[in-house]
Amino acid sequence: MRLSRACLVALLLGLGLALCCATAHAASLSEALAHFTADDFSETSTGINEVAASGDPRAETILRALQDGALMYSAENKAVYIKDESDKLTDAATGQPLAGDAPADLDTVRINNRLRAAIEAALGGLTLLARDPDARFEAAQAVFKSRDVRALPTLDTAIAKEQDPRVKRALIEARAAAVLFSDSAKDEDKLAAVEVVRQRADQESLALLSSLPAGTSAPVLKAAAAAIAAINNRLALWNTVQNAWYGVSLGSVLLLAAIGLAITFGVMGVINMAHGEMVMLGAYVTFVVQETIRTRNPALFDYSLAIAIPLAFLVAGFVGILIERGIIRFLYGRPLETLLATWGLSLILQQAVRTTFGPNNREVGNPSWMSGAFDVGGITITYNRLWIICFALAVFVALLALLRFTRFGLEMRAVTQNRAMAASMGIRTSRVDALTFGLGSGIAGMAGVALSQIDNVSPNLGQGYIIDSFMVVVFGGVGNLWGTLVGSFVLGEANKFLEPFAGAVLGKIAILVLIILFIQKRPRGMFALKGRAVEA
Amino acid sequence: MTAHILIRSLDRGATLFLIIIAAIAVGVPVLNLMVPETSAFHVPTYLVSLFGKYACYALLALAIDLIWGFCGILSLGHGAFFALGGYAMGMYLMRQIGTRGVYANPILPDFMVFLNWKQLPVYWYGFQYFPYAALMVVLVPGVLAFVFGWFAFRSRVTGVYLSIITQALTFALMLGFFRNNFGFGGNNGLTDFKDILGFNVQAETTRAALFAVSCLAIMLGFMLCRAIVTSKFGKVLIAIRDAEARTRFLGYRVESYKLVVFTISACMAGVAGALYVPQVGIINPSEFAPGNSIEAVIWVAVGGRGTLTGAVIGAVLVNYAKTFFTTGALAPYWLFMLGALFIAVTLLLPRGVVGTMRHWTALRRDRASAAAEDGVVEPLPAE
Repeated sequence: MRLSRACLVALLLGLGLALCCATAHAASLSEALAHFTADDFSETSTGINEVAASGDPRAETILRALQDGALMYSAENKAVYIKDESDKLTDAATGQPLAGDAPADLDTVRINNRLRAAIEAALGGLTLLARDPDARFEAAQAVFKSRDVRALPTLDTAIAKEQDPRVKRALIEARAAAVLFSDSAKDEDKLAAVEVVRQRADQESLALLSSLPAGTSAPVLKAAAAAIAAINNRLALWNTVQNAWYGVSLGSVLLLAAIGLAITFGVMGVINMAHGEMVMLGAYVTFVVQETIRTRNPALFDYSLAIAIPLAFLVAGFVGILIERGIIRFLYGRPLETLLATWGLSLILQQAVRTTFGPNNREVGNPSWMSGAFDVGGITITYNRLWIICFALAVFVALLALLRFTRFGLEMRAVTQNRAMAASMGIRTSRVDALTFGLGSGIAGMAGVALSQIDNVSPNLGQGYIIDSFMVVVFGGVGNLWGTLVGSFVLGEANKFLEPFAGAVLGKIAILVLIILFIQKRPRGMFALKGRAVEA
Repeated sequence: MTAHILIRSLDRGATLFLIIIAAIAVGVPVLNLMVPETSAFHVPTYLVSLFGKYACYALLALAIDLIWGFCGILSLGHGAFFALGGYAMGMYLMRQIGTRGVYANPILPDFMVFLNWKQLPVYWYGFQYFPYAALMVVLVPGVLAFVFGWFAFRSRVTGVYLSIITQALTFALMLGFFRNNFGFGGNNGLTDFKDILGFNVQAETTRAALFAVSCLAIMLGFMLCRAIVTSKFGKVLIAIRDAEARTRFLGYRVESYKLVVFTISACMAGVAGALYVPQVGIINPSEFAPGNSIEAVIWVAVGGRGTLTGAVIGAVLVNYAKTFFTTGALAPYWLFMLGALFIAVTLLLPRGVVGTMRHWTALRRDRASAAAEDGVVEPLPAE
């Protein structure tokens, strides 16, 4: 009983307070608006600040109207109106439509560039108090960049009210930026602000600290210099981490593209220049699957890749078996001829895709679980790259398991090690050849599904990967899957760490030269086969 | 001495081939310049340029046949040497434009003015002199081939590995030449040439002369190749092609032989490129595209690997087919045909056109001599 009475009192009190505030708002808003009727820039400036400070929900509408030149005033009526698109007037203070005719001396409230800046700042301050946390966050970031001292009071209000820790952090950082640029702030406040900015540690804070205003005192400047050094260190560290991450990402792409080649070239010794086209076929399978899903059943879109992966494996694998049966089996033991024939084949496949799907890039979408990104420390990790790394490793492990634990893997290893002996043990070697080639091509097709997520799907997709893939296999050592794994990640890392110094193109050239030099030392790659297998 | 080598190296077929090329070298310009346009025998100027282009391709094919047909080195990067020679010539032609460029700068080519460059890069120095440019045409591809080959052959990179690495080489060069700050005109390459040795490159007489010079280059290249392959040096090359390890164990320095022939071949490709550029009027980075190099290999394969004459014939045949098909309604199918050609030649005609013909002739001769020994003349099988 007592409790409910207390509640009631509190409710009444609250209601009363709210009413008071409401009337106070209305009063202060109309007072602020009165400044606009003076037709004087400095009066208008005062008006803008007072409207912004009034906290009235209509403040934003009014300021936007002023910004767009839609705020009208009548000196005679001492009233301010907002003109909408159809030239109808509403009372700025109340939001009620104007009854009767427009006043005779109606005129636009004029603004100049200085006032425009003031409006921008005032609007920025208003959004600091917006209801949407993302809008507040954006506004805080904007203040951090503009270092607007006038936003300080609003910031203080906003910080006091803020619940969301992320936004609160941004608001505190914005406040620190404003404090550092304020003439009136005390040195200890500024030192604390430097510390806050130092914690943020990104390019923006670096720019902020290195452009402190002229009046800043010596201890603050010293703290700022120390903070800059610390931030630079931190950024360099994160930069290294970022490069390493990009390298891993590129390495996974190379691994995907090269792992099929490691089977056909590395294990079978067949040089397949149409390998890149198998990747391209996989990417186009993804495109076809997504198109079908879009027209038939859009709800399945998130599963499009799960459908495309086995399908791409089957399509590319089937084409691979056709190639092996139709062309390559006649050319065993003639690697240079195989190279030429498969190059011709790659021309045919490219042109076939070009005539079927057109020469332009085709759009392949990311399913929702692959789009977006998240931050880890100072770097951004996109989901599609992360998934591709996982996928590449999964394919690698699956392939290893296939070779190690299945009957097909056993037969395949037997045929590559000693064909004649395997044949006399009753293994149908030509069937194993066809299936092995199909397996390598099928893996390339699956790689195409993954690459369609990060690259343009065009008839030339495969060409971009073929040389890199060969480099990986040659570098890693022919006939060794582990070599391919290590080779692709080493090359990926080397590429990404060379890029900042040499640029993408020179980096590529440098890698090429390094590989040639490396082959000097180890002509058979990093993980060379030893013993009898070398002679095969 | 030289005459001796030459006479020894030229058999009846080779002499006949040289005579035919010489006849074309003289005949086509004469039919173009001397015969009135109304005559049925007149050769229009565009055909002279087209044939001139084929002649340059033929020289490139000769260079490839020398290393692939006789030493077993399948280079998929010979387009790079071709293009480098072309760029050296293009740089000379650019410097000859002088103040007639769009920006009328007496020193800087237009694209450098456009990029706001203030002075000529050092590597462009000297290219206003023809002898220097001509030296560079041979030297730049030669040195690149020497350095590349030195590393590659010494570490015994052979077979398909070498092919892949040469392809990567030309790919890397293509990426490099596409960049504007490389100083070779980036994407657009070098074009809009005016004069060569004081003659207008557009003039009919210049074109006819360039055609004759290209034919002459084929003849010289052919004689050089013949001299190499019929010499003792050439016998070692063939031994390397057929059994590299055995040749090495017999005490030959395989990598030195390969290096020499690879460098000579690259120089020939450079000359071919240098003759190509004034006739087509442009050189740009797409000449470095790996596809071009591998296409040049297929010319040799079509004509017949290791026959030299076949390389020339193959280059002309395939390029004529390309011109014929890509200019008509069949253009979208050309790549299908080219691809099919690659497969058909390797599967069905591994000796190439000339090689197959020689094979048949040899078979017939064997049969005839065998029959003569028996004293019974058998009727030849229908072919």
